[in-house]
Amino acid sequence: MSAFGDAVVYLNDPYNWTRPNGILDLAVQHLTIAGLAVGIALVLALPPAVWLGHTGRGGGMTVAISNVSRAVPTLAVLTIFAVTPLAFTIWAPVIALTLFAIPPILANTYVGLREVDRDVVEAARGMGLSTRHVIGRVELPLALPLVMTGIRTAAVQVVATATLAALLAGGTLGAIIRSGFGTQNYGVVVAGAILVAALALLTELVLAVVSWALTPRGSRRALPWARRRPAVAAEGEQVETQRELIDSPF
Amino acid sequence: MRPVLIATAGSVSALDMLTVEEAPNPWFDVSWVVHNWSTIMPLLGQHIRLTVISVFVGALIALPLALLARHSRFLTGPVLAVSTIVYTIPSLAMFAFIAPYTGLSELTVEIGLVLYSLVILVRNFLVGLQSVPADVREAARGMGYGSGRLFVQVELPLALPSFLTGLRIATVSTVALVTVGVIVGQGGLGQIIIVNGFGANYYRPPIVFGTLACVLLALAADQSLALAGRAFTPWTRARAAA
Repeated sequence: MSAFGDAVVYLNDPYNWTRPNGILDLAVQHLTIAGLAVGIALVLALPPAVWLGHTGRGGGMTVAISNVSRAVPTLAVLTIFAVTPLAFTIWAPVIALTLFAIPPILANTYVGLREVDRDVVEAARGMGLSTRHVIGRVELPLALPLVMTGIRTAAVQVVATATLAALLAGGTLGAIIRSGFGTQNYGVVVAGAILVAALALLTELVLAVVSWALTPRGSRRALPWARRRPAVAAEGEQVETQRELIDSPF
Repeated sequence: MRPVLIATAGSVSALDMLTVEEAPNPWFDVSWVVHNWSTIMPLLGQHIRLTVISVFVGALIALPLALLARHSRFLTGPVLAVSTIVYTIPSLAMFAFIAPYTGLSELTVEIGLVLYSLVILVRNFLVGLQSVPADVREAARGMGYGSGRLFVQVELPLALPSFLTGLRIATVSTVALVTVGVIVGQGGLGQIIIVNGFGANYYRPPIVFGTLACVLLALAADQSLALAGRAFTPWTRARAAA
C-alpha cells in the first residue's frame, strides 16, 4: 500500500522531526503529559495501596475501582476536562490521565502485598521488626514484581491514552494522526500511527526491563515477553488468576 | 434614576450579542437530550452495533486460536506475545493503521475493535481451557469420550466461567473504545461527545450526556452478560449456595 511508502518518506524527512511542533516537539510534550500523570498517580495511589494491602482492608474496593474505570471511556474524561476552566492548559489532560493511572497501580499493589506469604510477615514480626520495617523491608520487596506490573500497566496506558488528547487540544503525537485525517493524507496518518505505537511499545519494553532489574533476584520472574500472561478476573471471581490485572486498551 | 437604568440595560444587551462565552453552558441539560433525540438514537444504535459485531467476531476467531494455543506448546508463546503487542498499540494508532485500506467506514472501527476483543478473549479462553483439571479430562477419555465430545460436554462447561469473564471484559472495553472511532467519523456516542459537544463551541450537555450513556451502556451490557452466564451455568450457583 502506498500509504506505508508515504509514511516512510514522511518519517525520513528530518524537517518533519525538528520543525516547531514537529515530531520531536510533540514527543517531548507527549512524554511530559504522560510523565506528570504517572508521577502524580504514584504519589496519590501508592501509599494508600500499600497501607490497604498491609492491613488487608479495602480489597473489594480496589477491584471495584479497576472494574468501573474500564467502563469509562478515556476520550470522554479527556473531553470533560477539556471544557473545564483548565481547558487549553497542560493540566486538563494530565488530571484526566492521572485518573486512569490510579486504578492499575492501586489494584496491583494491593494484590501484590496481599500475596506476600503470611508466614514470612509473621516471622518478621516475631523478630521484632516494627510495622514500618515489615512493610519496607519484607512486604514491599516481595511484592515488587506486582507493584511494578501495576506501574508499567499504568504508564503504558497513559502513554497510549495521551495520544487521544490530540483530538481535543493537547499537542501530543496523536496530532500527527489527526492532521493526516484532516488533510486526507494517509501517509501522514500511518506515520503518526507508527510513532504512537512505537512509543507505547518502547514504554512497555523499558519498564519491563526496569522492573526486572529492580526486582530482588529471588523473586524475579521471566520478562513479560517470555512468560504466559494470565487473564483478568472480573469482580473478584477466580482470584487465583488475578495475579496481573490488565486494563483495557486505549 | 430611570434613564440610567435604561442605559445600562441597553449596553448589557449589546454585550450579550458580542460575547459568545457568556452563552449558557450547563453541565447537564435534559432539554438538550429531548431536542436531539433524533440525533442520539442512530448513534446509540451504531454504538451497540459496533460493540456486538466486534465482540461476536472476536469470540469466533478467539476460540479456535485458544484451542490451537493450548494444543501445541510451541504456539502458546507466540500467540500470547502477539496479543501483548496488539494490546499495547493505542486505539487511535490502530484505526490509523487500518483506515488507509478501509477508509472512513464502520469497517475500520470494527476491524480494530475485533483485534482488541480478540486479544482479551484468547487469554481468557486459554485460562478457561487450562483450568480444566487433567484428571477430569483423563476420566472422560477413560469413559470413551472422543475429543469432540470431550470438548463439548466436559471442557466447554468447565471453562465457561472463564469464557464469560473474558466476554464481559471484552464487551465493557469495547463499549468504551467505540468512542475513539470518532477519528473516522464512526464513533457512536463518541460522535455526540466530540462533534455535538467539543466541536460545537465546547458545549457541555452533549459531552456529559454521551459520557453517562457510554458508562450506563457498558454496565448494562456487563450485567446482562452476567445474568446470561448464570442462566447457562446453573451448577455454579448450586455450588455457591452449598
